[in-house]
Amino acid sequence: MEKTIAGKVINVNEEGYLVNMDEWNEDIAKELAQEENIELSPRHFEVLNYLRDQQRKEVALTIRGVGKSGVVDIKEFYVLFPKGPLKISSKVAGIPKPKSCI
Amino acid sequence: MKNLLILGAGTSGTMMANHLVKELRDDEWKITIVDQYKTHYYQPGFLFIPFGTYKPDDVKRTIDEFIPKKVELVREEIDLINKDSDEVVLKNGQKLKYDILIIATGCKTAPEEVEGMKGDTWYKNIFDFYTFEGSCALAKKLETWKGGKLVVHITEMPIKCPVAPLEFAFLADDYFYKKGMRDKVEITYVTPLSGAFTKAKTTAELNHLLEEKNIKIVPDFAVEHIEGENGKIYDYGGEEVDFDLLVTVPTNMGDDSILRSGFGNDLNYVPTDKHTLQSKIKENIFVIGDATDVPASKAGSVAHFEAEILTENILNYIEGKPLKPNFDGHANCFIETGKGKALLIDFNYEVEPVKGKFPFGGIGPLNLLTESKFNHWGKMAFKWVYWNMLLPARKIPFVTPQMSLDGKYLEGIEINK
Repeated sequence: MEKTIAGKVINVNEEGYLVNMDEWNEDIAKELAQEENIELSPRHFEVLNYLRDQQRKEVALTIRGVGKSGVVDIKEFYVLFPKGPLKISSKVAGIPKPKSCI
Repeated sequence: MKNLLILGAGTSGTMMANHLVKELRDDEWKITIVDQYKTHYYQPGFLFIPFGTYKPDDVKRTIDEFIPKKVELVREEIDLINKDSDEVVLKNGQKLKYDILIIATGCKTAPEEVEGMKGDTWYKNIFDFYTFEGSCALAKKLETWKGGKLVVHITEMPIKCPVAPLEFAFLADDYFYKKGMRDKVEITYVTPLSGAFTKAKTTAELNHLLEEKNIKIVPDFAVEHIEGENGKIYDYGGEEVDFDLLVTVPTNMGDDSILRSGFGNDLNYVPTDKHTLQSKIKENIFVIGDATDVPASKAGSVAHFEAEILTENILNYIEGKPLKPNFDGHANCFIETGKGKALLIDFNYEVEPVKGKFPFGGIGPLNLLTESKFNHWGKMAFKWVYWNMLLPARKIPFVTPQMSLDGKYLEGIEINK
């Protein structure tokens, strides 16, 4: 389905995750974050860029993996994206919902 | 003579030994299997020990009795795999050369991963039921427990048999009800997932059952630390849940030998092609069961389906033919729901569990995603099937390695191809 975010028409799935990560930009991230009641800071963007980087390398994302990345520890990850940080940060970063939970 | 080496004589390793001994010529191939332990546990039985349905002896056999005579069993701990020299180093220093390696080292609980879990009150008010020791200790505890707040808890995914914690909650409800003390026990289900299960239709069905059985659910809870003395678990977000008795599923991790070999992921699982089961480490290394990082359930049924496909691919590899990408993530799990009933779910990488009939479309006799007594008897009969058909790698009639869509109600279901 299509959704207008930050003035741009974007393809998203039924849960609101971007279908194509290349349609993402920082304004889209800010608007997606607002839907989750998060005001993005430069620190948030460091984490988002890391996640996008990992996604490009096709590395499966887990909270544990992010916590060990050296970019952010789990505690801070929760402060930045409270309640389900991986799911929320993935949505804001314009990448698919992590499939780590089977 | 060429060497085929299997690491681990659990469910997967034992099945592979039995499959391959029938397929490989014994004047060309020597098959060796390594495992440091003596006992083969029927792990699905651990769920029933705390409630006295199974006694400890019901779930134990020896590893030796399931390993074919023509296969050499080496009882020694594995130190590491040296992929460059095609050899496995054992703890006693012995080196085993191989032409083909099958990693079947499984996964295990790692309670030390969470601060305070394996502390002073471990096996006093904090228990696991994923180990023989844990389920036996919990059985003793439940016999005399006077009631209070029971918290059933999952630490992080992935875990072996993702439905077992829910089954535990359902069986606990039934157990305390029969003891005439259900009103003295408050049951809470605490999970890092957003709902009862990982797939939408099943979650809806199970959430309904939790409500019906008066089991409270706390979703999206990622445990940060546990205070055994105070009876509290804390989440990274600051949320806390009180308990008198905590039944937890600790972090599950692959074997330490994978860590020492230097090629596992952050949970020591081996990078594996999800359709061919060849490792991404080296072409003569294959992986099966809980040891892989494939996005399928860590369950005996999955290992069973994988074993048939991996056997075929090992033969393809030996003959220099291309491997077949045939593994579809097929899993088939009974879910005990208490009061002598069970659900059955059948799913794969692309298709989530739905309602329907199994294994014969329209006929059954088993019901998919619907509670029935017949499903429960299916689950109880499975112990016999496990020892007598699954481990010896005899074909289970009518149940195919690849999932069938026959008899499944797929209306409104998105198939993510």
